Amino acid sequence: MDYFIELFFGGLTRGSIYALIALGYTMVYGIIGLINFAHGEIYMIGAFTSFIVATVLSIYGFPVLAIVVIAGLAAAVWSASYGFTIEKLAYRPLRKAPRLAPLISAIGMSIFLQNYVLLAQTSDFLPFPALIPEFAFMEPVAHIVGSSDLVILVTTALVMIGLTFLIKFTKIGKAMRATAQDKTMAVLVGINVDRVISATFIIGSALAAIGGLLIASHIGQINFYIGFIAGIKAFTAAVLGGIGSIPGAVLGSLVLGLTESFATGYVSSDYEDVFAFSLLVLILIFKPSGLLGKAETKKV
Amino acid sequence: MFPLKELKRSALIALWFAFLTFPIMVIKVDPIERTVEWRWDNMFFIALGSFVISILSKVYLIRKERRAGRKKGNRSITEPFMQRILREPRFLYPLSLAVLVFALSFPYLFSTYQTNIMTTALMYVVLGLGLNIVVGVAGLLDLGYVAFYAVGAYSYALLNMHFNMGFWAVLPIGGLFAAFLGILLGFPVLRLRGDYLAIVTLGFGEIIRLILENWNDFSQGPSGIANIARPGFFGMDMSFAGGITYIYYLVVGLVIVTIFVVNRLQNSRLGRAWLALREDEIACQAMGIDKTKTKLVAFSLGAFWAGLVGVIFAAKTTFVNPASFTFLESAIILSIVVLGGMGSIVGVIFGALILILMPEYLRALSEYRMLAFGGILVVMMVFRPEGLISNVRRSYQFKKQSSGQASDRS
Amino acid sequence: MSEAILKVSGLTKNFGGIKAIDNVDLDIRPGEIVALIGPNGAGKTTFFNCLTGIYTPSAGDIRLCNPKSGLKTKLNGMKPNKITEKGMARTFQNIRLFPTMSVLENVMIGRHCRTKAFILGAIFRNPATRREEEEIIEMSYDILKKIGLHKEVNEEARNLSYGAQRRLEIGRALATEPFLLLLDEPAAGMNPKETEALVRLIRQICSEGHSILLIEHDMKLVMSLSDRIFVMDYGKKIAQGTPEEVRSNPAVIKAYLGEEVDA
Repeated sequence: MDYFIELFFGGLTRGSIYALIALGYTMVYGIIGLINFAHGEIYMIGAFTSFIVATVLSIYGFPVLAIVVIAGLAAAVWSASYGFTIEKLAYRPLRKAPRLAPLISAIGMSIFLQNYVLLAQTSDFLPFPALIPEFAFMEPVAHIVGSSDLVILVTTALVMIGLTFLIKFTKIGKAMRATAQDKTMAVLVGINVDRVISATFIIGSALAAIGGLLIASHIGQINFYIGFIAGIKAFTAAVLGGIGSIPGAVLGSLVLGLTESFATGYVSSDYEDVFAFSLLVLILIFKPSGLLGKAETKKV
Repeated sequence: MFPLKELKRSALIALWFAFLTFPIMVIKVDPIERTVEWRWDNMFFIALGSFVISILSKVYLIRKERRAGRKKGNRSITEPFMQRILREPRFLYPLSLAVLVFALSFPYLFSTYQTNIMTTALMYVVLGLGLNIVVGVAGLLDLGYVAFYAVGAYSYALLNMHFNMGFWAVLPIGGLFAAFLGILLGFPVLRLRGDYLAIVTLGFGEIIRLILENWNDFSQGPSGIANIARPGFFGMDMSFAGGITYIYYLVVGLVIVTIFVVNRLQNSRLGRAWLALREDEIACQAMGIDKTKTKLVAFSLGAFWAGLVGVIFAAKTTFVNPASFTFLESAIILSIVVLGGMGSIVGVIFGALILILMPEYLRALSEYRMLAFGGILVVMMVFRPEGLISNVRRSYQFKKQSSGQASDRS
Repeated sequence: MSEAILKVSGLTKNFGGIKAIDNVDLDIRPGEIVALIGPNGAGKTTFFNCLTGIYTPSAGDIRLCNPKSGLKTKLNGMKPNKITEKGMARTFQNIRLFPTMSVLENVMIGRHCRTKAFILGAIFRNPATRREEEEIIEMSYDILKKIGLHKEVNEEARNLSYGAQRRLEIGRALATEPFLLLLDEPAAGMNPKETEALVRLIRQICSEGHSILLIEHDMKLVMSLSDRIFVMDYGKKIAQGTPEEVRSNPAVIKAYLGEEVDA
């Protein structure tokens, strides 16, 4: 039973991280209908930025709490800047191009960023400092649920609440929902669509950066290639939940996280990624609208 | 004259990129030794580089706008030089002949090493032409193309290992296996919208690679299969250099056959249907084109070619392992098609030669090769989505009055 | 009177909870020009989309009867390309040509479902394929002559004027050899001179043995061209009859309240 609970919490943790990344996919897709293939790389850059900042600070002897806060902020700020810049450079000029053009551009961006980090930093796995301390009160259950699992779950939950609030009640959130529904109408009622799209990229990227920081400190190592797999999985999660739907992204992520956790725990860990990819292929073939998404009706 | 406002804008862009790349480009930490290296010179280069690029791209855009303004008046003058050569048989035929003579005498003019590199480049030409049918002509973004390449390579490796089958026997089998797999995969997924199709094919490619990596009993896992037989030539034994020359000619032959076949396909009822499908699926169906069947044919034909090249790859390197069939390989082939010009045969040939040969000869650049591939995809999409050489539209000539006397040239 | 070539009965199409088409009957007899009119949003284009297989009807029955062979087919749930093969072709309200293909190629695409050459034929170009290809070109050129675009064979379709694009759509549909041609607002955006030429073209097409069902807002065109008119409003059929009958029908006048119905 302990094993089951351990896998369950492992799956939830995994799912939470996927959710933080999947939200970026789903928000961008909801607004401009683009699969932002480079989003996984944004997450990777978030992890790298927090790694660099945290290591520098710890070398200069900052206290742990300050390191966590500053590294988290730095990751969010820089990832958001990357997201903003990528949209301006690689997607905005292609807004009116055929649908495949921005996707190819996004794939190019993804390859570019991977190799940019590879060349500027290293191809080796880097040890990530353990930023999350072992809480004393967690000790009795530590063999099942680690402290970092708890932190990840709580952080994700807080972020979700914050995001829901942002989208439901703030001005920019309302503008985002309006733009997602009908871009032309949004322009007509005076919404600056370009700014809304930029904001979407910034928010999505910052969320991915937080995900990057959390997973890096949870797993304890990073390299330039982590974005690719994580990106694909988060995308799978977003599609599973129904791409374009924010609650769908969270639900899909949790389902994917749990599936992977149980599958690797009870079946085999060799095929961990095969499960995710197969799930992706199967959903897209049999239910492309996902669990909570709406089917697209074609206009003729 | 370059306006001051633009200089200011470029300076701001430079500042922004200096900020953006600061943590990744400037700081390098060693977490074991606990040392920090500050690489300020990188920041300087980034700022300078982005300043220059920003100005250049602005100049390009201004000129492009001016050209577009002038173009309205007179279109024929602006027909690019390359297109004119490709359109005129009296230029095209001698040129093709010269290229063919050069290609055939290549092993005698250059070293074995060079020949080997050229063989690789030509294999990518064939891969590019195969993927071009799928992506360039039919407009189906296939990101898992490398899976079919892997199927070809492993077909030969396994059939050779277990049943001692020869290269020539497996060549068609490898192609057919890949095509069959293409049909099997294509049947459910080709109904999907373009971007979903791209992701599904990507997932499929990764699944194939992961299976090859993990199913040790079948594929010998990550260590791969070694000692695959080289192709034989009527049972003759060949020296190492002779073998390389032989494979070179084999690939040249395959390139010629591929160009011939792809050209014929493009100018056929089927090729027209592919083009139309790329432009408007609903209109296509309303014109009586079976969408699924037409796509499936394109998809499996592309796969067939990847399978053929896969068999040759296994025979050339005498060794296969899953590491040769990653997503990046698919991305390289896609870059070839996109850089060359989607749908254009000559473009794809140029694309393959540029992208494969350049990093080989400019060793200093080879580190930046993948970076460049990524960059090329973005830059081409933003500035020149039609590629280096855009597809030449076939034109038809009709004699006045009588309608029946149709003659055409391509 | 000969048998109807298209018989629609009780056609209904729901989108979620909205009934875009509600229990509509319609029939077309050989050689007729029939118009389908109604205010914007009445469900006319949805009706076309149901007929041509782009939408699957929620209920009802669509039957096509080939006047030459007498072959009857039920169209419900059939794929669009199969329906075209059965002899019913259409044009689109928002022009859907193949923009970067040449004018001639656009028409040649229409020949697709009446020809056979496949992979091997394309590669080896055997005599049968070559003959077929020549026939495709020949017939497409003849169609271009009929619609007056034979001087623009090699022009890209997107470079044509609006009116010419509409005519090209008709030409493309004709290339599929339909006995019933569905035209979705063929005169939209045309100037009076172009419209006049269009009327002549439609009459000519009709006299060559194609029946026609058209959606149109230009009442002058509708009244002068059609043998019978069906009127839809809010997804329902509210009237049918000859132009004179429809013109004096109170329900029609009410539906068009504010819009003038004159001939």
